[in-house]
Amino acid sequence: MTLALPTRTRRARLSTAAPSRTHRLSTKARVGALICTLFVIAAIVGPMVAPYNPSFQSFAPVDILHAPSAAHLLGTTARGEDVLSQILVGLRATLVLGVLTGAIATVLAVVVGISAGFLGGVWDELLSLLSNVFLVLPALPLLVVLIGYLPQRGQTSTILVLSFLGWPWGARVIRAQTLTLRSRDFVAASRETGERTWRIIFFEILPNEVSLIAASFVGTVLYAIGTSVALAFIGLTNFSQWSLGLILYWAQNGNALQLNAWWWFAPAGLCVALLGTGLVLLNFGIDEIGNPRLREATGRVRIDGRAWRPSDPTPVVRSAATARAVER
Amino acid sequence: MAFFVRRLVFYVVAGWAALTVNFFIPRLMPGNPVETMMAKFPQLQPQAQRALEAEFGAGHDGSLVHQYGQYVVNVLHGNLGTSVIEYPAKVSSIIASTLPWTLTLVGVATVISFVLGTGLGILAAWRRGGWLDRVLPALTFLQGIPYFFLALLVVDAFAIHLNWFPIQQGYSQGLVPGWHWAFIQSALYHSVLPAFTIVVTSMAGWMLQMRNVMITTIGEDYVLAAQAKGLSSRRVVGAYAARNAILPNLSGFALSLGFVISGALLMEIVFSYPGIGLTLYNAVTSDDYPLMQGIFLIIALAVLLANLAADAAYVIADPRARAGRAEP
Repeated sequence: MTLALPTRTRRARLSTAAPSRTHRLSTKARVGALICTLFVIAAIVGPMVAPYNPSFQSFAPVDILHAPSAAHLLGTTARGEDVLSQILVGLRATLVLGVLTGAIATVLAVVVGISAGFLGGVWDELLSLLSNVFLVLPALPLLVVLIGYLPQRGQTSTILVLSFLGWPWGARVIRAQTLTLRSRDFVAASRETGERTWRIIFFEILPNEVSLIAASFVGTVLYAIGTSVALAFIGLTNFSQWSLGLILYWAQNGNALQLNAWWWFAPAGLCVALLGTGLVLLNFGIDEIGNPRLREATGRVRIDGRAWRPSDPTPVVRSAATARAVER
Repeated sequence: MAFFVRRLVFYVVAGWAALTVNFFIPRLMPGNPVETMMAKFPQLQPQAQRALEAEFGAGHDGSLVHQYGQYVVNVLHGNLGTSVIEYPAKVSSIIASTLPWTLTLVGVATVISFVLGTGLGILAAWRRGGWLDRVLPALTFLQGIPYFFLALLVVDAFAIHLNWFPIQQGYSQGLVPGWHWAFIQSALYHSVLPAFTIVVTSMAGWMLQMRNVMITTIGEDYVLAAQAKGLSSRRVVGAYAARNAILPNLSGFALSLGFVISGALLMEIVFSYPGIGLTLYNAVTSDDYPLMQGIFLIIALAVLLANLAADAAYVIADPRARAGRAEP
């Protein structure tokens, strides 16, 4: 029992360190978290507060391709549909697809990554080979071909295909981290005390990979949203389900750009871009938790007219006089 | 030497996986591709139907093993079947006429983006907190923005409103492709906007990764030693810090090729560029399954070849890889 002690103190130290870490989140990460939260709220309440039915077509001439007005805050499409309602409804579908794909792919990544890293040997060779092969298979062309064969293009099939292709990047990173953790003292200690393998994996290894897993999840959500919007844009989507990509598909089909109907295509595109930016910024924050050097340092010192932060390279005196002195 | 053997095994397995995935997709997906095609193209002859059935395993002639053997023999002979939309054109000849467009444009744009992004990443890390480093978070917006959306905006601004560049196509109509100046000039002129959009969207990723690795490397003792010796900043940055920091970017280059290919596919659709991506899109939208399959196989193999090139670059840059002690 004495041998188990180090692991317990280690865990205790980790948990007390956590609050001070969140305090140090950089502005970038906070902006990212804020953007993502806003989008999640919009996706939850959006369909409830949408002023119109997104598919309702009004053929009254005033409602056709009308610029933003009091009745239609983001204008109307060439078929008299309300753009704001389409975005509010479509946001939920796009976000649900991203989060579900992210969750499935991350679970796959964790299972493959930890098994490969922890089991080692032949298993590691096989699983690494598998994820490397998946990494080099070009995802979008494969998706296009796979979805091209599907008789019905639904949300579920897109989620499944995207998750099936989205796990290897995370698995690779998690495997590498598991390899370094496996040989640490605290894992060795718990193995010596006779802990079961699943306990070591879930209570010793996994908690130390939380930031990596979170980063992999956020990255996969980003990939899923980007890819699904692109697939919808080229018409490989479910046409009865409004999503941000489908709005862009109809805008492109209706020549919104050439007609200067910016309100038709710009809001949906900006939503995707903003959501993507929020996710990338959030990932910065997670990276900074794992790698302290990337953090924005708060304390600065001025040495010889230049500002130095703690993370900068150690300052070196470089003046003509010293150089000459050294030469002599 | 071990490094080469491992990589070689990997490429053989990956190539075989691409080949096998391509074989099983039409057999595992729901629906009967041959019936779909026959219904859509009534002008097809009965012998075409038999050929298609043999290709997609719909007519159940022979066991799966037999079909697979036949398929591998066909692919090795460069026989990828016959296109349905451009019947009786061979899939291989359609690919041969469209692939050079994609390879040239995407290849050049990717190399420009890599060199520019890595260079700017080095600068941002060295002048930490300088203006380049401070605009970096804004660049994430370029990463988050959907590729086709940016491309549409660029087309709108530079081709439709300013009229500086052509809106679409790979060369002016009426020109006969060939090695004469008028055609080359026209092709170059048409490639500026597509290349620009690829560079802009993919550069930020290289820049961020290079900056982050550079910042870690600059903190290393050997960089401090180089500075303390009085070497010029340029030499410290180039020959000491960047020389080592570039390794993750080089191995990342291979892994990101899939994304490059995805971007290229959308680029060709937006610009109606006569490359392999547009052909794939046309094949999918018109249910030309043989063309779809052939193109996917060629794209997968092209990505593998590009990976091989990136591996070679890695081996040149990293002496540890040459000694077989590390792998990308």
